[in-house]
Amino acid sequence: MATIKDRYAIAGIGHTEYSRNSGRSELHLALEAIMGAIKDAGLDFKNIDGIVGDHPSRVDVMTIGNALGLQKFGFFIETEFAGGGVPSGLLHAIAGIEAGWATHVVCYKSLNGSSKNSVPAFEFVVQPHELGFTRPFGLLDPVAYAALAARRHMHQYGTTSRQFGAIALACRKHANRNPNAIMHGEPMTIDDHQQSSLIADPLRQLDCYVEADGAAACVVTSAERARDLKQEPVYIMAASQACGPSLSCGTMDPTVTENETRLLARNLFSMAGLTPTDIDVLQVYDDFTPLVLMALEDLGFCEKGEGGGFVEGGNLEWPDGELPLNTGGGNLSEGCIEGFNHIIEAVKQLRGVSTAQVRDAEVVLVCGATGVPTIGLILRR
Amino acid sequence: MPYLPMPLPLPYEESKGFWAGCKRHELLIERCMDCHVYRHPPIPVCPECQSWNKEWVKVSGNGKVEGFTIVTRALFPGLPVPYNVVRVELEEQKGLLIIGNVIDCSPEEISVGMPVKVTFEDITPDRTLYYFKKAE
Amino acid sequence: MPYLSGLPLPEPHVDYEEFWRGCKNNRLVIQRCDDCGWYRHHPRPLCPKCRSWNARWTEVSGKGTVWSYTIITHPINPAVKDQTPYNLVEIELVEQEGLRMISNLIDCKNEEIYTGMPVKVVFEEISPEITLPRFKKTSFQKNFL
Repeated sequence: MATIKDRYAIAGIGHTEYSRNSGRSELHLALEAIMGAIKDAGLDFKNIDGIVGDHPSRVDVMTIGNALGLQKFGFFIETEFAGGGVPSGLLHAIAGIEAGWATHVVCYKSLNGSSKNSVPAFEFVVQPHELGFTRPFGLLDPVAYAALAARRHMHQYGTTSRQFGAIALACRKHANRNPNAIMHGEPMTIDDHQQSSLIADPLRQLDCYVEADGAAACVVTSAERARDLKQEPVYIMAASQACGPSLSCGTMDPTVTENETRLLARNLFSMAGLTPTDIDVLQVYDDFTPLVLMALEDLGFCEKGEGGGFVEGGNLEWPDGELPLNTGGGNLSEGCIEGFNHIIEAVKQLRGVSTAQVRDAEVVLVCGATGVPTIGLILRR
Repeated sequence: MPYLPMPLPLPYEESKGFWAGCKRHELLIERCMDCHVYRHPPIPVCPECQSWNKEWVKVSGNGKVEGFTIVTRALFPGLPVPYNVVRVELEEQKGLLIIGNVIDCSPEEISVGMPVKVTFEDITPDRTLYYFKKAE
Repeated sequence: MPYLSGLPLPEPHVDYEEFWRGCKNNRLVIQRCDDCGWYRHHPRPLCPKCRSWNARWTEVSGKGTVWSYTIITHPINPAVKDQTPYNLVEIELVEQEGLRMISNLIDCKNEEIYTGMPVKVVFEEISPEITLPRFKKTSFQKNFL
């Protein structure tokens, strides 16, 4: 079977401002982002023959198609399980083009996560009856799930809250360079992090993502077609999904060495022919700092249990850190666009237009955090 | 009394203007300000030319039944069968369709091509629904 | 007074009936594979180890240790608006490594909770139909395990 390596590219990106209150519907936001992406690619609406929405469903693909004036389009998917990992829409787009069902696919994500509080909870991802084993006991939100895992990691490896804070600090630093970030203009110190109120011990307010209103979209096409379009293509070197022990019953063992993130890393690095040392910039889905720390271990950037030491000393911070993380601010400080903001920022890095531009950025890894079914992409210019 | 005991429409950004029109007993249809094509239901972007510029236009309310059905099986208790559901093509534009019910009309009287005119009924202080009546 | 009130109750489901019936009778029953002996929680039709359909509900000792815990301080969910801070624990039952369940510790100050603390199940009636398993601190006796 032929590999997909380097045969597909992101040809255009578009996004709205990210804010606390967009004042617009999710449909309106989605259309802005999508039309922006089509225009960025230098395409006509007529060229779009595939539409992939990352959900849970807030804006369906039919309505998008109708708005774009597409009388018919041959490929459409509404993916499952957004909010846990980076949107899987791009993988479906690749599959659709590879199968010959489409040539230019628009992928999008839109939410009023802040003003309408439309952020998914467990209800979307586990069997409803399984909730009987968690909700009566007060495990109601993903934050409690992350907190239980964090506490276990601290117990097993001596990881500290300050080390989780180092991740939040890096993202805030990057957001302060990004005018579109919700937390732009609000510096944070480690003391601020330590004094922020506890949400679910040991997780503090500043360990948790910032809800946002906004939309983002991109156009995926073949590498050859992308080369004829307006922008320099951002090539997809590798793409993979990985699923491990489910979220059901609210338990996740962060000390397990063979988990979905390990599988993801193996798939991505072997497909791309790379190792972790080849990654210049990292965009990891960051709803909760401890899960990012665990992802750094599982992806192979450091040994299991050594994530705490790895994130210290500004290692994740632009411009001097070894591995700049979430250079737009991430969900933690740019705003939670459920991972599509990570894809957008990755493309900006590779085009050389990020607000925290890593010098000579050649390869970017975008992926979900540990503990949830996940996807990843390795992108290059 | 509404024709059917169904939940009333919810306020969404896209349709607020439409229901505000109904409250004033006006049938408003969204029209693109650049290419002048009407569209219904309302949508932020013009499907013809992708322009964001749009306006609400008060239409005559005259149209023809383009298609209809008579529902005879009650999906849930309390639904007063038989009832009709029609698609009306408004006279302003070919293919401009709107779903509704024809009131004060027996099932046997309804036919494709039948001329109708819009009418309004205030259901609550905030919510007015539109219906159609046989046109003279 | 139940430890937490006003929260969604477990919904009846054919795969889980026996578990909740056990709780109502103050017994902690866990599904155990008839063929390979592997305990599994949450209950499910197939054994995750050997994929056998044969299982029986087995009463366990109710003893375990706190594998992890959190103190929910901020009421993100309005259902718990006036009940924070409360604890949420993940208990590893002694019968099998990795056999864990979510619950709460009662009669215990939040500051006293620590990973590894020995606990034993108790039962709390929430409604005429539903009794929930909770846990209480116990001590490591010679024959705890």
